[in-house]
Amino acid sequence: MNEQMITRLIENATQLFLLLALAPLVTGVIRTLKARLQTRRGPSIFQPYRDLLKLFRKGMVIPETASWIFAATPWVVFFSTILAGLMIPMVAAVAPFGLLGDALAVIYLLGLGRFFLALSGLDTGSSFGGLGSSREMTISALAEPAMMLAIFTVAIGAGSTGLTEIAGVAIGQNWRFLAPAQMFAFAALALVLIAETGRIPVDNPATHLELTMIHEAMILEYSGPYLALVEWAASIKQLVLMTLLINCFWPVGLQTAWSGFGALQGIGWLLAKLLFLSCAIVLIETANAKLRLFRVPELLAVAFTLGSLALVSTFLF
Amino acid sequence: MISELFLSGIIVWLAGAAASLALWRRPAAARRVSCAAALAGSLLDLAASAAAIFSGTSTVIGLPFGNPVFSWAIRLDPLSAYFNLTLAVLAAAVSLYSFGYLREMEGCRNLGAFGFFYNLLLPSLALVFTASNAFFFLVAWEAMALSAFCLISFEHEKEKTRHAGVLFFIMSHAGTGLLLIAFLLLASAGGSLDFANFHLLASQMPPLEQGAVFLLFLFGFGVKAGLVPVHIWLPEAHPVAPSNISALMSGIVIKTGIYGMARVFFDFYGPPPLWMGTVVLGLGVVSALLGVLYALMEHDLKRLLAWHSIENIGIILMGFGAALMFRSLGQPNLAALALIAALYHTFNHAIFKGLLFLGAGSVVQATHTRNMEKMGGLIRRMPVTALCFLVGAVAISGLPPLNGFVSEWLTYQALLAGFGTTQSLTRLMFPIAGALLALTAALAAACFVKAFAIPFLALARSDEAAQAREASPSMRAGMAVLAVGCAALGLGATWFVRVFDPITQQALGIRASSALVMARGWALSPGTAHGGTISTAGIALLFLLAGAAFALPLAMRWRRCSVTGPAWDCGQPGLTADNEYTATAFSKPLRMIFSALYRPRREIQAEYEVSPYYPSAIRFENEIEPTFVMRIYVPLWERVMAAANRMKGIQAGSINLYLAYIFIALILLLLFGVRG
Repeated sequence: MNEQMITRLIENATQLFLLLALAPLVTGVIRTLKARLQTRRGPSIFQPYRDLLKLFRKGMVIPETASWIFAATPWVVFFSTILAGLMIPMVAAVAPFGLLGDALAVIYLLGLGRFFLALSGLDTGSSFGGLGSSREMTISALAEPAMMLAIFTVAIGAGSTGLTEIAGVAIGQNWRFLAPAQMFAFAALALVLIAETGRIPVDNPATHLELTMIHEAMILEYSGPYLALVEWAASIKQLVLMTLLINCFWPVGLQTAWSGFGALQGIGWLLAKLLFLSCAIVLIETANAKLRLFRVPELLAVAFTLGSLALVSTFLF
Repeated sequence: MISELFLSGIIVWLAGAAASLALWRRPAAARRVSCAAALAGSLLDLAASAAAIFSGTSTVIGLPFGNPVFSWAIRLDPLSAYFNLTLAVLAAAVSLYSFGYLREMEGCRNLGAFGFFYNLLLPSLALVFTASNAFFFLVAWEAMALSAFCLISFEHEKEKTRHAGVLFFIMSHAGTGLLLIAFLLLASAGGSLDFANFHLLASQMPPLEQGAVFLLFLFGFGVKAGLVPVHIWLPEAHPVAPSNISALMSGIVIKTGIYGMARVFFDFYGPPPLWMGTVVLGLGVVSALLGVLYALMEHDLKRLLAWHSIENIGIILMGFGAALMFRSLGQPNLAALALIAALYHTFNHAIFKGLLFLGAGSVVQATHTRNMEKMGGLIRRMPVTALCFLVGAVAISGLPPLNGFVSEWLTYQALLAGFGTTQSLTRLMFPIAGALLALTAALAAACFVKAFAIPFLALARSDEAAQAREASPSMRAGMAVLAVGCAALGLGATWFVRVFDPITQQALGIRASSALVMARGWALSPGTAHGGTISTAGIALLFLLAGAAFALPLAMRWRRCSVTGPAWDCGQPGLTADNEYTATAFSKPLRMIFSALYRPRREIQAEYEVSPYYPSAIRFENEIEPTFVMRIYVPLWERVMAAANRMKGIQAGSINLYLAYIFIALILLLLFGVRG
């Protein structure tokens, strides 16, 4: 019993460490790859770590118009994202906090973070913040049904919304992702991922002073450690959604249970798959221009259609 | 015991009504007496209904008058007790709040009359939930509608209030008319007006009649519940009422419709034909989605909340619809899950919507406007109100770990499980409804970002908002009770689901809660073999731990190296309230995306002296088309008026003619009687 608890503790600690440590790296890798593809040199893949470190050491300016919501938001966003991250299977099919929440809880925890982020955007009274909040809430609302349909498709296949169960079923059938329902659901969720993580063609993570910005506009007033927390949380969210996508649909290398060597193997596979997905994101980001805000609903309508097709395919094929 | 508690609650309420009417010349005394009586009656009702639920039995109370046909029979069975519990918790908090809230009206309004109708509304609600005879039920139903009408029209010097009151009156009575027909059809089939006699009776009628009774009940109760398309009175009437009444209206009065449906669908009907569940589920989806879409366009704080009531009624009906479909498909366990989801959401909505309306009431009293665009920055002036409103906003948005999340999660699980229950295409309805529920919930979150941020955050947009004062202690206490309720119903979900055991036992013959509770009461599951689980208590505990261990110490340390300065705002100096994002601007993207529904119209007039680029004054007007009123009710009204005009000829004003009419009617009736 006691030994089992220690093993569980190690598992949880490992996943927590992976979430915290890996997230900035994924952001860095995507940035560097994108720069290379655009024949720029780009920063080192470790640049996000340096940014975070520097921000944590700096002082900060709190706008005089802001209330306690502004100070609470970074923490709510950070903790809810971490918690969501601990509810998904990363290395082994067992999600450390699988009992605390299923796929729906993951979505809603991310929603909690977004809710507070949008409040903080409006809290300072700056019109950029309000603009960002308004767009963020609009786009995420429109992305939600497609995401839910994709998750329903997967959950119907597995007979559960629990991510441990979903990953467990997925491991059993390694080539299942070739089934039409899975492919449609994957495509829908991938489009949602792009919208939710604020990537081109929905939002441009590289802008900081444009009328087209969304996520960056909301966090415009943050500085120092709070900015670091928000940025870190954003990269963790990206990692969480990417991991969710690859482990639900493409569970190659996902371990059935945690064990010493197997866990290392699992981490290796995770890194390889994340790199692959990052390459795909980089290709999409480079090949497309940012969409006009009012074209984004069309993209999300495509995602919704794909989700519906996925659902219909579960019993047609 | 239970019956004494319940009856003494009713008597205390009625005594409060009489006393406050007697004290109508002394407003301060009338206020205290009526609120104290309402509070005491609510606490007695709370004790009675809690005892009734935990005993799991039905208590029949016979009043010592009436006759066998029109009997004044009261029956406190688990379903009645559950709705009474909802009523009692909400009414206790609202009555506490009213102590302070009504003080402002002392000089200028007749608080005696207010206390009278207030203390009449509460017992009539309790009796609607417990009457077990159709005649008695309709009497209580009418008493409720009339006292609600008087309370809605309390500020009757305003044209809009009168209009809304009359609209409520007409719609309410149209609904009652439908109910009357339905009850008479049932009674003629069963030969008695007793609910006990109606048990499973509706299912024994011929299919056509059965369907007709179902639709009559659905729309009759739907009017009160605010079901689309018979919802149009709701966004008019809820905002114009005093805010404590709005809280009761949205929290519990519309729930009488839900209670009626629960009573009819799960008591009068056995397993119904599949189409009935499909209709309810479909109407639920439509109500939820339209409710939230119209809420997004509102910048009248109370109207916004009223539209959200329609949304939440939609969510409840989605649960009901799914439960009905599962009954038809022979899945009692899933039906129990869906029924629990719907009833849980009913309670949750009463708590958080009550809280939000009380919060809005405090804000409106402090700023003297319902227009959000004239508020702002209230979190500094009214910190407790702001915190309570935030709790309500998070809860209604369905975000973890509060109560809205639990009931929406249960609804998702029920809908998801529905996919596997049938091979026909009907099964596609479940996940599509789930996806639209996700859209509804996400839009609700967007709407409550607006509803909290625009009034409470940033800079004050008017002088009155800048000088707003925090609500009085009793008002704060009333809101705090409901805010704690939101947290308790969320965190204690695994404990609370046990309350539904006697209800599902009565309706479906199943005690479902033990299947729903997992991990020694820490986690909630949908009751299927490998279902996903959630643990709101666990989530909240981790948040608290992480906050205490990291957030507090680090925030203290960082505070030392932080400075307060003007907002950066991309380098533009001089941030004023004029620069702030408005509620209208916030919802603009959605207004454009859903313009096919809203048909927005805007008008801009700019005055300038030298060049059009330097306007001296701009007038901007923006409105959306109230589709249902324009497309359904206005044409209907015109038809009715045209028909009335055509029939005007027979009403010529001559007595002889009228006597002739009476004579002809008599002859016809006699002939009819002879033939029958």
